[in-house]
Amino acid sequence: MPRLLPLGDAAWTVEFGDAIDPALHARVMGFARALEEAALPAVVESVPTFRSCTVHFDPLAEGADVLGDRLLELAASAPEAAIAGRRWRIPVLFGGEAGPDLAALAANCALTEEAVVARLCATAFRVYMLGFMPGFPYMGGLPGELAMPRLATPRKTVPARSLAVTGTLCAIYPFASPGGWRLLGRTPLNVFDTRQSSPALFAPGDEVMWQAVDSEAFARMEAADAQGLLAREAFLVAPEAPWPR
Amino acid sequence: MAAVIEVVDGGLGTTLQDAGRPGFRRYGVALSGALEPLWLACANALAGNPSGAAALELRLTGPRLRVAAGRVRFALAGSADVAVSRRLTFAPWQSVTLEEGDELKIGAVRGGIAYLAIAGGIDTPPLLGSRATHLRAGLGGVEGRALAAGDHLPVGADEPDGSERRQSAFAHEDGPIRLLPGPQDDHFTPAARRTLAEEEFIVSRDADRMGLRLDGPALTHDDRFGDEIISDGVAPGALQVPPDGRPILLLADCQTVGGYPKIATAIGADLPRLAHALPGDRLRFACVSREQAVAARRAQQARLAAWIEGIAPCAPAGGLDEAALYSANLISGALYSEEP
Repeated sequence: MPRLLPLGDAAWTVEFGDAIDPALHARVMGFARALEEAALPAVVESVPTFRSCTVHFDPLAEGADVLGDRLLELAASAPEAAIAGRRWRIPVLFGGEAGPDLAALAANCALTEEAVVARLCATAFRVYMLGFMPGFPYMGGLPGELAMPRLATPRKTVPARSLAVTGTLCAIYPFASPGGWRLLGRTPLNVFDTRQSSPALFAPGDEVMWQAVDSEAFARMEAADAQGLLAREAFLVAPEAPWPR
Repeated sequence: MAAVIEVVDGGLGTTLQDAGRPGFRRYGVALSGALEPLWLACANALAGNPSGAAALELRLTGPRLRVAAGRVRFALAGSADVAVSRRLTFAPWQSVTLEEGDELKIGAVRGGIAYLAIAGGIDTPPLLGSRATHLRAGLGGVEGRALAAGDHLPVGADEPDGSERRQSAFAHEDGPIRLLPGPQDDHFTPAARRTLAEEEFIVSRDADRMGLRLDGPALTHDDRFGDEIISDGVAPGALQVPPDGRPILLLADCQTVGGYPKIATAIGADLPRLAHALPGDRLRFACVSREQAVAARRAQQARLAAWIEGIAPCAPAGGLDEAALYSANLISGALYSEEP
């Protein structure tokens, strides 16, 4: 049963469970969609996460006093999101300076770097939520045998656009930042681009695959993106295209 | 011609803020906006602006500004040393109109925060519907950073008529910071929940627009749940408790999600008071009901409306205004005594 948790007087968190799990997240996304369609006047915005959806509202608006009950009704009746989000195939330069932890991760799971990259590129990652910093996607689905805990001592600076993993999670750092996740590569794409009307590349519910590129292709795309010449749509995968399950 | 303000000295911790950037938290974009929305509204009202117009949020030392073009009316909400050119009269909680070439300097800010509003608002390009600065991500405001010497601030359309206004300082209620328990109060021991309601906490030096880390008694997590959670949504006011038991009270620039359990959340009506908290200040907490929280918000909105209603005209700049001279403006002549 969904639970209603108070987050102060201007937000409710509707919690569906306590795990990182695609089926649970589908319920969260189904609720987020039903909430959007309900267009309740007191609601300001909603934030889907791994296992819950936080609903920020105006406590002085009409209907605010009964919003909690309304959210629980929606949570009980909302269907799981059958539709997947968008599908992306995102270029990544793996290893070397771009991915200084790839060698150690490969050694840890007794695989070659090439085999690790092959596993990464054969996996569809689900964007569970964005947070930590603007546009930072928490993606799940890293094969268990590649899992390693975060670094004991976080780096003072993780370069922007680094692809990083910890446990079975995967992410891209939109901006340079301190960080303790293990760096496996870097994408040439700006994943939070304020020149775009919707700056975040990813949204909760999206699915992402990686495509290994060499340093020449990386440099070419990086320069093009810096000049605003790369269309994001070019990295979308058609819904009917083959996709791993 | 549109007025422009040149920043001669940015001061320390001065940022452009407005009512914040709601609507993008699902993309990881913090709410941001004024830490003290009531005083922002006061400063804006004195300047003749709508409540949420973009203004300068001052923290440690205020800026020194020069009117580079046009004619500009400023208004200050908060307590600070102020000085203006030409022996004009200016004091906190009133407005002043300056001409091209005039300067305004604000010194040490007392009470943790102040707002300098400019009639017409500061007209930098909005980002995602807001001009608020989010320092950590480098978004909004002036190139996503604190104000610095050499910046030029465009001023929104306004025709200052030279009339000035003032009001007494907008004072806050005192008493403990009021909390609603949750969302994870059940992740803590009964002793921790008692400690929160009964003991005193001290604002540490680890305090910024993202949050205040509090020293004092540790709040112990219940062993059955562990000391972390699978990240969920957070909001300004949330009192999150990392494994070391030292709570962090989140503020306007806080992240949108977090992995520490939140024992309680400060009510919206008390968030403006937290903007005044300085390292070493003591905080007490008290749990209230949702009904009390909403009633406190309503009462606060009514108090702000009454305060704005009570704004009165005062003598135009340059005129003899003895009250202002004796209250806070004695420094003015001294600083600019060498000017013609």
